[in-house]
Amino acid sequence: MATEIDERAERKTATSRSEAERPRIEFGTAWEYSPAPEAADIVSIEKRETLFINGRFVPARSGRVFETINPATEEVLSEVAEGGAADIDAAVRAAEEAHRKRWSKLKPAERGKYLYRIARLMQEKSRELAVLETINGGKPIKESRDVDVPLAIAHFFYHAGWADKLEYAFPRHRVSSIGVCGQIIPWNFPLLMAAWKIAPALAAGNTVVLKPAETTPLTSLALARICQEADLPPGVVNIVPGAGETGAQLVNHPRVRKVAFTGSTEVGKLIQRAIAGTGKRLSLELGGKAANIVFEDAAIDQAVEGIVNGIYFNQGHVCCAGSRLLVQESVAERVIQKLKLRIETLRVGDPMDKNTDVGAINSRMQLDKIRELVACGVEEGALLHQSSCALPAKGFFFPPTFFSEVAQSHRIAREEIFGPVLAVMTFRTPDEAVEKANNIPYGLSAGVWTDKGSKIFQITSKMRAGVVWANTFNKFDPASPFGGYKESGFGREGGMHGLRAYVELS
Amino acid sequence: MSALPSLFDLSRVPPVDQVGIEERAAGLARRSIKKEAKRAGILLAMSMLDLTTLEGKDSEGKVRQLCRKAIRPLPGDPTVPHVAAICVYPNFVAIAKDALAGSGVKVASVATGFPAGQVPLPVKLDDTRRAVSAGADEIDMVIDRGAFLSGEYDRVTDEILAVKEACGAAHLKVILETGELETYDNVRRASDLAMAAGADFIKTSTGKVTPAATPPVVLVMLEAIRDHYLATGRRVGMKPAGGIKTSKQALHLLVLVKETLGDAWLTPDLFRIGASTLANDLLMQLAKESTGRYQNEDYFTKD
Amino acid sequence: MTAKGGRSGNGSRTTRGSETAAGLRGQPDRESSDQRERDGRGTPRSTASEIGGLGIRKTYKLYVGGEFIRTESGRADAVESPRGALLANISRGSRKDLREAVRKARAAQPGWAARSAYNKGQILYRMAEMLEGRVDGFEKLLRDGRGLTPAAARREVRASIDRLVHYAGWSDKFTALLGTVNPVASSYFDFSVPEAMGVVGIVAPDAPDLLGLVTHLAPVLVAGNTAVVLVSEKHPLASLELAEVFATSDLPAAVVNLISGRREELVPHLARHMDVQAISDAGGDRALSKLLAEDAAVNVKRVRRYELRDYQSDEAQGLDFIEAFVEIKTTWHPIGV
Repeated sequence: MATEIDERAERKTATSRSEAERPRIEFGTAWEYSPAPEAADIVSIEKRETLFINGRFVPARSGRVFETINPATEEVLSEVAEGGAADIDAAVRAAEEAHRKRWSKLKPAERGKYLYRIARLMQEKSRELAVLETINGGKPIKESRDVDVPLAIAHFFYHAGWADKLEYAFPRHRVSSIGVCGQIIPWNFPLLMAAWKIAPALAAGNTVVLKPAETTPLTSLALARICQEADLPPGVVNIVPGAGETGAQLVNHPRVRKVAFTGSTEVGKLIQRAIAGTGKRLSLELGGKAANIVFEDAAIDQAVEGIVNGIYFNQGHVCCAGSRLLVQESVAERVIQKLKLRIETLRVGDPMDKNTDVGAINSRMQLDKIRELVACGVEEGALLHQSSCALPAKGFFFPPTFFSEVAQSHRIAREEIFGPVLAVMTFRTPDEAVEKANNIPYGLSAGVWTDKGSKIFQITSKMRAGVVWANTFNKFDPASPFGGYKESGFGREGGMHGLRAYVELS
Repeated sequence: MSALPSLFDLSRVPPVDQVGIEERAAGLARRSIKKEAKRAGILLAMSMLDLTTLEGKDSEGKVRQLCRKAIRPLPGDPTVPHVAAICVYPNFVAIAKDALAGSGVKVASVATGFPAGQVPLPVKLDDTRRAVSAGADEIDMVIDRGAFLSGEYDRVTDEILAVKEACGAAHLKVILETGELETYDNVRRASDLAMAAGADFIKTSTGKVTPAATPPVVLVMLEAIRDHYLATGRRVGMKPAGGIKTSKQALHLLVLVKETLGDAWLTPDLFRIGASTLANDLLMQLAKESTGRYQNEDYFTKD
Repeated sequence: MTAKGGRSGNGSRTTRGSETAAGLRGQPDRESSDQRERDGRGTPRSTASEIGGLGIRKTYKLYVGGEFIRTESGRADAVESPRGALLANISRGSRKDLREAVRKARAAQPGWAARSAYNKGQILYRMAEMLEGRVDGFEKLLRDGRGLTPAAARREVRASIDRLVHYAGWSDKFTALLGTVNPVASSYFDFSVPEAMGVVGIVAPDAPDLLGLVTHLAPVLVAGNTAVVLVSEKHPLASLELAEVFATSDLPAAVVNLISGRREELVPHLARHMDVQAISDAGGDRALSKLLAEDAAVNVKRVRRYELRDYQSDEAQGLDFIEAFVEIKTTWHPIGV
C-alpha cells in the first residue's frame, strides 16, 4: 500500500515536472502600462434627469424617480424620472400629434436634413457621449469611443439619406409612414440601440416614444437634448425612462402603431402575445447563443481574436455574442491553449481607462446571474478557465472566463449568459458542426472560421441565423441588415431591409 | 535535397487572414502609453536599438561617430542606456568593433549579398565568414526571396542552414524582406522556415524596400515566434527594421511584443529594433516627458 | 357544409392520387351530360340502369408526407353542396395528423430548399400543367361545392393556374430582388440573401377555396419552405383534389401537406407547434386569428395575416407574398489576400 502511494506521488511529481518544463508565456509586469483614464469632467450629469416629452424635459406625473448608477463604482449618478401610464399617454399623444401635423407632412428631404443635423451634433459631442455611455453602462471607454458612438452616428447619417428615397427601396409601392412607434431598448448598447431604433423610424416619417433601459437612461436623454438642439419638431422624439412596467404601458398603448423591442426572448414573447390581434406592427430583436465554428484549416490566431471579440466584447453583454465555441477536435487543444494565453492579456477594470478591454458588468443583478451560471457550469462538470487578472474591489466585475469539456446539454451551452463566459465544445466533421450550431432555439448570429472558400459558402448557408460572420465576428454597420431567425426575433435593423419595419406599403 | 527535410513542414503553417491581423494590430496601436510607461518604454526601446547605417557612402568616420552615439545616446545623461548593437556593412565591422570595445554594444553585420541576396551561395558564405572573423557578434542575412517566391523552400532552408554554420558563435538574424513577400501568408511561411532552419532572430526587412516593418507584419512574425516556442521550447528573437522613425512606432512595437510574447521577450536579447534615425526621436520624447515641452531636433546630435 | 361528425371511413383503400382521379379528369362531353343528369338539389340521379353501374363516391383523404391517408382519429365529415346534397366524405384531421404533417414537412424542408431555383420553378410550372389537364374536374368541384356559375368556376381555375405559373417564374428571381450587397465601411464583403423560413402553416381561406389555397401556398413554396395547410373548412373538396395535382407534379413528398377538418380544433395546435416557423393566416376569422397570433408567440412565430378582397386581382400575387416568408441572412467576409 505504501508503495502504491509512493508510486502515485511519483507520478504526480512527474506530471508537475513536465508541467514546469513546458514552455510558458508570462504576461507580467516587465513593462506595465500606466493608468490612462479618460477625463470624465467633459460631462455634467444633472442630479435630476427628467422625461423628454413633446420637446420638453418634464418630471414624471407621479413624481416617481429611480437612481441610476455607475456600475464600475456603484456611485449614484443621478435620479431619473420614472415614466408611468400618464407620461406614456402624454408622450404617445405628443408623438401622434407631431406625426399627424408635422412630421408626416414634411418633405422627405427635409426630414433627412433633420437626421443629418442630429448626426452632426452627435459627432460634435462624441467624446461626451462616449464618456457618458461608459460611466452609466460600464463598458470600456475604448468601445464607447471606437464602436458605440461612431456607429450610432453612422446610423443617423445612413438613414438621413433614405428619407427621400424610400420609393426606390420599395418599387411598385406607395410608401407611407406607420405612425407612432413604441420602442424599447436594452442596456448593453444604450445609445447605439436608440440610434438603431430612432433613425430608421424618423427617416420613414414616423414619430417615436422610446423607453431606454432602466440601468442606462443617460445617453438616451443626451440624445434627447441633441434632438432639442437640432430643433427637431416637438413630439417627434420622446424619451420616457422607466422599467418593465413603463415598457408594458408603451406596448399596450392603443395609439402606438408599431412596437420595436430589443431585449430578452422571454419579454419578446410577452410582447408578441400582448399585441396579438391589435394590428400593431412588431419587430423583435431578442436573445442569442451564437456558435462560433472553428475548422482546422482556419487562420487560428485570427480565429482566436474573433473568439475573444465574440465573447468578451462589451463584457459579453451582446445578444449576438459568440458564446458557444465549436472547435474541430484536431485543433481544439491548440485553440484552447491560445485562448488561455489570450485571456491573460485582456485588461479588466476601470472602464474609463483607455487601455481597459473588459469593463464593468452592467448591474448587480446581471453579475449575480453570471455567477450563478458559472457555478452551474462547474457543477455540471465543465472545466473552468479564468483570467488571473485582479478585479477592482468596488463595482461589478467578472473575469474573462471560458469552459472547456462542455456538453451540448449543459446549461452554460444552452442558456444565454450575457456575460464574459464562453462554452467550448468540439466537433469532428462539418455536418456535426452545423448540427450542433443549429441545435438551439436561438438564431441570431453565427461565426465560421475556415480558409477554404467553398466551405464558407456551404457552412454559412446552413447556419440558421440572421447574421453570419465568416472569418470575423461582431461586426456591425448601418448598411448591413441585422436580426434573427427562430426565437431570436424577426424583422431586420439596418440596411434596406431594416426600412421595411418602419414603412406602410400600398 | 534539403539536409533536414523535416525542419520545415509547409503543411503545418497556419494561414493568416489579412483583415483579421490588421485589425488586431490596429487595435493594439490604440493602447495609450502615458507617463511612466512611456518613459520606461522609450528607455527600453533605446536599449533594443540596432543603430544602423547601411549606405553606399558609409565611411570610417561615419561609423565611428555612430558608435559614439551608440555607447552614449544622450551625452551627459547616463540613465539613458546604450543601444543594443551597431549594424553595418562587413567592411566596417572591424572599425565598429574597435570603436565599441568594452562598451557592451554589439556589432552586427549584414551579409550574404545584402540587400538583394542575389549572389552565389559560396559568396554568401564567404561574406558571412569574413564578417564573423572581423569580429561581428551578429549576422543579419537576407533570404533568397526569388527562390522563396518560386516555392524553392528547400533551397532557402539549406542556405540558412549553411549561413548558420558559417556564423559559428555569432547570432544569426534572418531577414525575410517582407515587403517583397507581399502577403502575410508568405511572411508567416518564411518565418516558420527561418526558425526551423535555425535562425536566432527573424527580421522583417533590409530597410531598402517599402513597406517594411508594418505592425501587422511584425505581429505575424511575433505569433510565429510564439508558436515556435510553444512547440519547441526555443525562444527566437524578433527584429523589425525599416521605416521605424518615431517613438510612437517604437512603443507600438513594444505593445505588440508585450501582448503577444510577454515579459520574456521584452529584452534586447530577444527583441531589437533596426533603425537609423529613431534614436533622436526617442531622446526628444524623453525630454518632452521630463520637461513637458515639445522638442526641436537641433538640440540633439544627429550622429 | 354540414358536418356530420363521427362517421368513420367507408373502407376505401389508401391509394395514390393518380389512381383515384378518373372521375374528375377532363371529359367535357360526359361532363355536360352529368349536368343534365342532376336534379334540382344537385344530387346525381341514379344512372345505374342507364350506364350499367352504381356511381363511385369518393372519400377525400388527408395529404400528408406525399401520401393520401385517412385521419388517425378515424373521424370523417360529410361535405354537402350549398343546397344540402351530399358531395363527399372527408377526413376530419386531428392534432395528431397535424403533428405528423409538421414532422414530415420538417424533414422535407432542407431538401426542398436546397433544390435549385430553376428546379423549383419547373416543379411549380408542372403543377400548373397538371392542373390545366384537370380543369373540368376542378370547375365541377367549385360549381358543386360553392355553387359557382360555370363562368365563375372557370375563372377561378384559370386564375389558379395563372398564379402557379406566376410563382413558377419567381423562383429564380426573387433572390436577386430581395437580396442586397451592403456597402459597409470596412474591408468586408457583406451581403444579404433571402432564405426559407422553414415549415410554414397556412390557414387557407374558406373561399375562394382553390384560388385561395394556391395564392397562399405558391409563394411559400417558391421561397423554399414546406407547408402544412389547413384547407378551407367550408369547401375542402377542390383543395383536397389539388393534392392529386401535387402528387403528380414532381413535387417532393411532404413539401405540401393538406389537412382538412375543423379550424377551431386545429389552429391552436398549429399556432403552438414549436416546429412551425411561420403562419400565413388567411382564415378570415378575427377571433381565431387573435388566438392564433397569441399562441404563435410560444416560439416567436412569424405570423402574416391576410384579408384579401379580390383574389383574382394582380394585387393578390407578387413579390411581397414571397418576402413575407423568407428570412434575410446577412453574411460578412473579410476582403484580403
